[in-house]
Amino acid sequence: MPIDVKIKKGLKLNLKGEAKNSIEQAQKSKTVALRPSNFHSLVPKLVLKEGAKIKAGDEVFFSKYSDKTRVVSPVSGVLKEIKRGAKRKILEVIIEADDNIEYKDFGSMNPLESESSLVKERIFSTGLGIFLNQRPYNIPANADDTPKAIYISAYDTAPLSASYEMVLKDKAEHFQIGINALTKLTGGKVYLGVDKQSASFLKDVQNVELITISGPHPAGNVGTLIHETEPMNRGERVWTINPEDVAIIGEQFKTGKYNAERTVIVTGSAVNENNRKYFKTIIGSEVKSFLTDFEENSRIISGNVLTGEKVESDGYINFFSNTLTVIPEGNEYRMFGWVPFKDNDIHSASKTSLSWLFPNKKYDVNTNLNGEERALVVTGEMEEMMPMDILPMQLIKACMAGDIEKMENLGIYEVVPEDFALVEYTNTSKIEAQEIIRNGLDLMITEVG
Amino acid sequence: MNWIRQKIDQIKEPFEPGNKLEKYRPAINALDTFLFVPDHTTKKGAHIRDAVDLKRTMITVVLALIPALIFGMWNTGYQHFTQLGENPAFLEAFLHGAYKIVPMIVVSYAVGLGLEFAFAIMRGHEVNEGYLVTGLLIPMIMPVDIPLWMVALSVIFAVLIGKEAFGGTGMNILNPALTARAFAFFAYPTYMSGNKIWVSEASNVDGISGETILGSLAANKEVTYNAAEMFTGVIPGSIAETSTLCIVAGALILILTKVGDWRIILSGIIGAAAMGLLLNALPSMGVEGNGLTNFPWYNHLIVGGFAFGIVFMATDPVSAAQTMKGKWIYGILIGLTAILIRTLNPAYPEGIMLSILLLNVFAPTIDHYVIEGNIKKRKKRLDMKSVKTA
Repeated sequence: MPIDVKIKKGLKLNLKGEAKNSIEQAQKSKTVALRPSNFHSLVPKLVLKEGAKIKAGDEVFFSKYSDKTRVVSPVSGVLKEIKRGAKRKILEVIIEADDNIEYKDFGSMNPLESESSLVKERIFSTGLGIFLNQRPYNIPANADDTPKAIYISAYDTAPLSASYEMVLKDKAEHFQIGINALTKLTGGKVYLGVDKQSASFLKDVQNVELITISGPHPAGNVGTLIHETEPMNRGERVWTINPEDVAIIGEQFKTGKYNAERTVIVTGSAVNENNRKYFKTIIGSEVKSFLTDFEENSRIISGNVLTGEKVESDGYINFFSNTLTVIPEGNEYRMFGWVPFKDNDIHSASKTSLSWLFPNKKYDVNTNLNGEERALVVTGEMEEMMPMDILPMQLIKACMAGDIEKMENLGIYEVVPEDFALVEYTNTSKIEAQEIIRNGLDLMITEVG
Repeated sequence: MNWIRQKIDQIKEPFEPGNKLEKYRPAINALDTFLFVPDHTTKKGAHIRDAVDLKRTMITVVLALIPALIFGMWNTGYQHFTQLGENPAFLEAFLHGAYKIVPMIVVSYAVGLGLEFAFAIMRGHEVNEGYLVTGLLIPMIMPVDIPLWMVALSVIFAVLIGKEAFGGTGMNILNPALTARAFAFFAYPTYMSGNKIWVSEASNVDGISGETILGSLAANKEVTYNAAEMFTGVIPGSIAETSTLCIVAGALILILTKVGDWRIILSGIIGAAAMGLLLNALPSMGVEGNGLTNFPWYNHLIVGGFAFGIVFMATDPVSAAQTMKGKWIYGILIGLTAILIRTLNPAYPEGIMLSILLLNVFAPTIDHYVIEGNIKKRKKRLDMKSVKTA
């Protein structure tokens, strides 16, 4: 019997600009970028110099503090440029891709018939370990840990997000092998969260503890699943991984090739309808290789509108992103916009707008802040967006004050910034909840570890 | 619309960063943002934001206050003229009240917003909208004949000591409007209590007496008003507190827009009703009680400032309890203590002001225990875990 996770608190945001359910091969990206900032807290040590020739699967950089945390090249080609910022900090490693990718051969391995230690060794030595993220803190997994469980959410409830039925359509076999490999990494269970409504192959995956999810966002967040099944306690470690990355691991075990294929959904109201669909591309590809037709004065987001990161049209998609959302910028003045029940075409979870009368209406959103930052005044609204048994306002205040003991007591280990995305979205005082939580987590990393 | 925007941008030019009037930016911004929601876009975190902001929230509270305010203006005139034996037309009564009350509102806003602007400029933050509500509440809970300079002084005390001393909006312990009233109450008791202040010009004109119902009860006199009059509010009292009907209308606005927390309102009523019932039962327990304790419990809910306080003051999110469970406890305790002070303390015929201020002080303590409950659950989980693995 699957575990049923049903969430009531939260918000289902219906936005305009949904993508079609069709997959297309993207144009070949001439270059790809690996950005150390995509791996939070990772301090990179480069293995290669500019001009080096590499194959797909060759190591590019590793973590200064753990040489088993490695990032390998998704393509074959030439290391073209290392972009540095202040204090010579590495911002981007740009690799010029060959026309035909040449793969490093890792040999095949059947994880079910192999020793756990060998499976783990292979995952971390060949750079697959970078796909695993650790809770608490949402940082790259440490190869020396044995997590109490591994969580995969194959149901993204965020607005305009990709459907994993589409993403994993032709990858069922690789996905299963990947799962088999993951079971060797933990003494506990591998949890797989799926949409309760769907009837896809995901419900038939073996060697997992299935979780059927229903309810509004953030029902599909990994944090919600962890909280509902095996909540995090002090000192515990859990690993999380995205579904498509499980398939990459599976394929590498089967064929010996690191095929860093990424299925990206291009979505959002500022993209022309013809361009709104799924594209098969490579991790870290150029945005322009699949985003071709969009409006001016818009914002390109690698990820979804709640948690993504702004990228430029000549930039690259983030390592973990499988969503590219483009929405109009909102840099316009709006007369008397603060009058209650005015401008009901702008979505509001608050009842001071009439938009709650139309729960199924699709909204055209932009990036306007719809107000200005203010002191925290209104209470009770954050709780409506927090399905976990956590006091969101008190935790945010503890993070702002840097009160480590209080943060720990209030459950900082159970959350990551994305769990506060809706709190941030609906907040009357326009506080940056996700950044406050991120800073709180960073403080915990330095003080507690 | 575009030309207005251009004009404003022109006016704002000297206030832009780097120009000489830069430090007065918060003041000009406060005025500008009342015309236009600014063109600010999201910089960090979520790229989209809800349409709600603090201005909208505060304006909603102001809207909820309007029925009680308009009724208060009319009732001020009505009480004045009827006590003189006249039968005023609606407009005549309303204008008399407006003539008395509008200057109080103007003084309250001018003094209070002046201070708010000054602090915003000093501290370099934007002007918070909270005073829009406070500034209207303060005149609404005063007796109508209070001199304007006392209103001004109360406002200064409330903003300086009640709010800014604690760090400004969002940090204050006590409700600022009630702080203003409490200041006036203890500093100028002759203007704030007694029998001669509740009806306009009662102290000048011999024909007017105008005790409040609670005042007469405390003096063991007969009450001449019936329940319908108490509910609609055609009775003497502080300016906007009398009409339970209009307050209920305001409460509905607050509850439906979720700006005011229904938990506090409901639990406050439950608390007051419970205390009223208990006191009503005293004679059957062999205790004699007094005029106030024997006053039917349901009437306690509709006279005096109880309804106004529980709807508009107790629900102030900054000074109330902030946790969900805490709000229930906070509300019930306000209800209980309000009626307790009202009936058993002869010095104060009305108890809601003091009971809300008292519970404002205890709200963080209530929250503390609710939060401890959440923490204990988490610790218990950890303990169970370590027992299992040990």
